Amino acid sequence: MGLPGALPVLNSKVIEFAVKLGLALNCKLSLNSKFDRKQYFYPDLPKGYQISQFDIPIATGGYVDLDLPLEFGGGHRKFGITRVHIEEDAGKLLHSGNGDYSQVDLNRAGVPLLEIVSEPDMRTGIEAAEYAAELQRVVRYLGISNGNMQEGSLRCDVNVSIRPVGQSEFGTKVEIKNLNSFSSINRAIDFEISRQALLHSQGQSDQIVQETRLWEEGAQKTVTMRKKEGLSDYRYFPEPDLPEVILTPEYVDSISNSLPELPEAKRRRYEKMGLSMQDVLFLANDMNVAEYFDATLSSGADIKLAANWIMGDIAAYMKNEKLSINDIKLTPQELAELIASIKSGTISGKIGKEILSELLAKGGTVKGLIEEKDLIQIADPVEIGKMIDKVISENPKQLEQYRGGKTKLQGFFAGQVMKLSKGKANPGLLNKILLEKLNGQS
Amino acid sequence: MLSTIQPPRYLSRFPLRGRTKSRSFHILSSAQPVTKTCFAADQSQILSIRDSLLNRHLSAVELTHSYLDRLKQTEPHINCFLHVSDPDKVLKQAQDIDDKIKRNEEVGPLAGVLVAIKDNICTADMPSTGGSYILEGYRPPFDATAVKRLKDLGAIVVGKTNLDEFGMGSTTEASAFKVTANPWDLSRVPGGSSGGSAASVSARQCVVSLGSDTGGSVRQPASFCGVVGLKPTYGRVSRFGLMAYASSLDVIGCFGSSVADTGILLHAISGHDSLDATSSKREVPDFTSQFTYASSLKSRPLEGLRVGLIRETVDAGVDSGVKSAIEGAAAHLEQLGCVLKEVSLLSFSLGLPAYYILASSESSSNLSRYDGVRYGNQASSDELNALYEESRAKGFGSEVKMRILMGTYALSAGYYDAYYKRAQQVRTIIRKSFKAALDENDILISPAAPSAAYKIGEKKNDPLAMYAGDIMTVNVNLAGLPALVLPCGFVEGGAVGLPVGLQIIGAAFDEEKLVKVGHIFEQTLEGYNFVPPLVTDVGGASPEL
Repeated sequence: MGLPGALPVLNSKVIEFAVKLGLALNCKLSLNSKFDRKQYFYPDLPKGYQISQFDIPIATGGYVDLDLPLEFGGGHRKFGITRVHIEEDAGKLLHSGNGDYSQVDLNRAGVPLLEIVSEPDMRTGIEAAEYAAELQRVVRYLGISNGNMQEGSLRCDVNVSIRPVGQSEFGTKVEIKNLNSFSSINRAIDFEISRQALLHSQGQSDQIVQETRLWEEGAQKTVTMRKKEGLSDYRYFPEPDLPEVILTPEYVDSISNSLPELPEAKRRRYEKMGLSMQDVLFLANDMNVAEYFDATLSSGADIKLAANWIMGDIAAYMKNEKLSINDIKLTPQELAELIASIKSGTISGKIGKEILSELLAKGGTVKGLIEEKDLIQIADPVEIGKMIDKVISENPKQLEQYRGGKTKLQGFFAGQVMKLSKGKANPGLLNKILLEKLNGQS
Repeated sequence: MLSTIQPPRYLSRFPLRGRTKSRSFHILSSAQPVTKTCFAADQSQILSIRDSLLNRHLSAVELTHSYLDRLKQTEPHINCFLHVSDPDKVLKQAQDIDDKIKRNEEVGPLAGVLVAIKDNICTADMPSTGGSYILEGYRPPFDATAVKRLKDLGAIVVGKTNLDEFGMGSTTEASAFKVTANPWDLSRVPGGSSGGSAASVSARQCVVSLGSDTGGSVRQPASFCGVVGLKPTYGRVSRFGLMAYASSLDVIGCFGSSVADTGILLHAISGHDSLDATSSKREVPDFTSQFTYASSLKSRPLEGLRVGLIRETVDAGVDSGVKSAIEGAAAHLEQLGCVLKEVSLLSFSLGLPAYYILASSESSSNLSRYDGVRYGNQASSDELNALYEESRAKGFGSEVKMRILMGTYALSAGYYDAYYKRAQQVRTIIRKSFKAALDENDILISPAAPSAAYKIGEKKNDPLAMYAGDIMTVNVNLAGLPALVLPCGFVEGGAVGLPVGLQIIGAAFDEEKLVKVGHIFEQTLEGYNFVPPLVTDVGGASPEL
């Protein structure tokens, strides 16, 4: 509120989060950093200044490694991080529909934030969008934010410039605000690139001015918000109400030792396991899925099979029911059991798929369900033979037709035997013996 | 330590005209010791009050009535208060204390002590204007930590005192609402910016008061009004609830009619506060444990204490009357056993420009929040920038505007290095020079101001001349050190003369030494009466117990 006599106090959690993030982004940490006041007047800034870090931020000079989505051509990228700094949030402005009035919500004013500034290393909208998505993954992996853009837990502004091929100096940069999702980051940047390129091609590159533009989601274009005539003078000076932040090497080490496996490391590890890039990206990029996958593997499951089940049937179920992997009732241990049961021949693949849906929806154990529903695969040739004999004897007409040349009827017989066996017959064995009997070889 | 035991008698320091002072001291009945060390009641009004209340010689209600009556009688002459508490509420608090005492329940160590609070210190149940139109009628939703601590100990807040707007000034003439007069001479200023708090104690309208000191705003008015002013080390007292002027310089300070009282008051409000990130975690010693009563003092109680008189403060530009008062004080200290020598602080004169750059810069930032949007006076306007401009143009006085402009300029791009940064570097030099001097000396002494109180209106149109008067005090704020000002003599002027204060500067967090030395100095100083004639002139009950 900026009340007279009120003083700011540092929230120690933000230091912990900043160090975690700085380490995760491969930055150099400033063991001594300080706060500064950034001064300007605006209704959402109750003190008339924002506490930030100007010249000595808590972390500088890092990078992120990522892989572009395959549907956009894939490929590995490395983008530089200029700095990570701590600052306080301003309030929120809510504008009335007709623009008659605006309201100021100060609830979040003073809450600490981390601002991550990247090097101007991205060249397309998708690169920037994937960079943002990777930051979201990292903060979720670190447990420092839920990274939800819709909630404002993760906010993003971009600066775009273009220059003629061969020119080393960057062109005039334009800031774009109001980007509320990764796809709008992608589309806004691509739009802005073409807008600027068009002006260049028309010989009107001087129309590209340093300004702030808004991305209009509806119209899918950027429009001028306010022109910046030169840079604002924020009259930075060191914040006298907050002491310096001093990090000890022991503190940094203890945090470093507590960091989880981060997305990049996970991706490389999965790659080494022999999974395809598509599998890698699917499994590693969602922290919960990766955890599930790793748990399934540590229960002994085959890598490729586990990947297939998760990416296939399980993913489809989740999409249908609109659930996350944390909500499904099938545990990783049971998935591993299921895979093992099929692999060992205890149950058939078809049965496996059937009980999967039950396990997903209701939970329970594989062994339990097999027992309860008597699902063990029938792999005894004698028993199968008996069933085949029965079916054949019950369908003489079809037998005659088959022996007359309609070999496709094998499928009919196979289906009847399967039905008789309540789906438990081993398909391979079934067809082998069936073929023999149909052909009169046994 | 008791040589004789006598029933307590209430020595009145009144009615004594001119420059005589009674020298008898009274020893507490050993049946009810009030402090751990033996302490004569009249050396501290606070302890004297406590003694009277607990011994049922006086009720809190009676005591309160006597102060409120005197307040009522003196206030039309001196105008110390911007807001006086509702007398019924105040008397009710006093009654509650009396009831507790009757029931033999414990009461706090400050029970029944009437305190005035400078109006830039937030009080939840009273308006807090900071002396400015922009906060006219503003009622804070919280008490400053210092106020809360006083109230928790049983003190009664009698009202909010006048000040130069937001602490910027040396006379209280820059208050948006009224000018306070010096009780020693109603045509003269009480000093500033805590003029109201100093004058209120001087006129015995209250027992003690709180002020704030950024560049001398407790010490200079203490000197002008003939009372004791104690500025603690930066970080000793929480700033939470003090309307910020210059965040790295501001402290809350104490006024009292005796060194002991300011020490007791300071002890009550000191200590770490989690709401103020700049407050020190250092333990707070009991400042009051240093007190001994005069008749038990050895003949040279301060034997060997090394005192440095700052040469630059008794040079040209200092009133000759002030100089001789300080020389007299120095001689008195030597009589008490001190080893006196002159100390030169070569960077001394750099303090004033460095202070004004830093204080203006920080204040330009701290006052940005006063925009009329969320609280205080709001100008009506249809457009945002106009709203800001009108509210601030109408709400701020000219002194405040001047400092905001200076500060904004000093921080602006292209000037930051030449002004703000450079001033901070000068500050480091000054801090180091004081530290070196205080390594060689136990305390440093100087006048608190180059002159005694001047006439109202005299410096109003000459801000630089007014600023120049801060030369004795600003370096102490820049260095973050503690300092005590206590009356040591008079110069010509007014009906009976104008008081002059001696400033005693200590090493960081060494308030204990200041209070000890100040107390002994005060108790052994003979021949002076530091109660202004105004107080006797209005008659009524003796203010001192």
